[in-house]
Amino acid sequence: MLHNEEAKTRLRRTMMFVPGNSPKMINAADIYGADSLMFDIEDSIAVTEKDTARLLVAHALKTLKFNSETVVRINHPTQTPFGLDDLKVILPAKPNLIRMPKIEDISEIELVAKEIEKAEKEFGWPEGTINIIGAIESVKGLYNVREMCKHPRMVAIALGAEDFIANIKTNRTKTGIELYYCREQILMAARDAEIQALDTVYSDIKDMDGFRNEVTNSRDMGFDGKSCIHPKQITEVHKIYTPDDKQIAKALKVLDAFQASLTDNKGVLNVDGKMIDKPIVVRAQRVIDQAVAAGVDVEEKRA
Amino acid sequence: MAKVLAKSATAGFEEKNDALVTVTPGQTGSGIVVNLKSSVQRQYGKHIVEVIKKTVTTAGFADVVLDVIDKGAWDYTMEARVEGALERGMK
Repeated sequence: MLHNEEAKTRLRRTMMFVPGNSPKMINAADIYGADSLMFDIEDSIAVTEKDTARLLVAHALKTLKFNSETVVRINHPTQTPFGLDDLKVILPAKPNLIRMPKIEDISEIELVAKEIEKAEKEFGWPEGTINIIGAIESVKGLYNVREMCKHPRMVAIALGAEDFIANIKTNRTKTGIELYYCREQILMAARDAEIQALDTVYSDIKDMDGFRNEVTNSRDMGFDGKSCIHPKQITEVHKIYTPDDKQIAKALKVLDAFQASLTDNKGVLNVDGKMIDKPIVVRAQRVIDQAVAAGVDVEEKRA
Repeated sequence: MAKVLAKSATAGFEEKNDALVTVTPGQTGSGIVVNLKSSVQRQYGKHIVEVIKKTVTTAGFADVVLDVIDKGAWDYTMEARVEGALERGMK
């Protein structure tokens, strides 16, 4: 049994992409307050610079202290010649997560998990120190998503939409209709496996209205967070993922009524004329948890 | 036995917070020679040369000439660039 429960539940509203061969961007990455930083040595790095990018990221992880969770996106372990070499250099630097691109089969995850296990033993770290987030970027991956999410090292699943829509032969639209099925499937697989689901990037950094719209939609679908490619996207996501005062006050009322009902043994209760039962209590607790995680003083919001 | 470079090689970029490092095999017994051009030479020149030499020694090389153009790289970046150039010089 892996002890990675904390890694499965930590706050991941934002995962910001940082090109792994840019010292300037790595130096500045931690000041924007992203929940997770994803250092990329995959698609943003030319094939001729894979060697230096992995060294740079490894040295950064060993030397700099990051407040954010640290994630390294490696190259594909079987479809490219770089992935396993990436792990050799990156794992000793102890990132929190390895992000695997374009996962399609459980064997790929088993392969990387085995390398992680070896490193944990070699360096004397507790099992479950380093975990995996996988990205679905193809139809094949989507068809195997349920099995892959259940691997014990997997703490989150992400959608990589650009490759996915190329695979299904369409384009990104404002409505997101082309990704609807894929997002739902990923989300269901994540919930079934009790891990987190992160939505894809929004590439047009000038279109903040479109960005807010997409983040609101994916939050409403149930996603735990959003991948970000620009620092200014981070604060927007955090705002959208923080419950407002009204929601917090209502949630507190529900939880208080529930507490009271435990003492007077009433099963179903009502708050402001609405029936309150177990799922509503669970949701109210989630609102409070989100607010607390975002640093809100919840007690102050009591109506 | 100290490692010996097979050829000259470079790593890094002439960009802000980065450094372009060129390594060349030195003659046996010539030691580690650093030719540094840095935007922060007056403040940190000595320290940067120390970091470079330590990285080369830790990597197991004894006779190497390093031409380094530094644009304000932090220590971890300099270490990574020197290591990267040495690795490439072994291929």
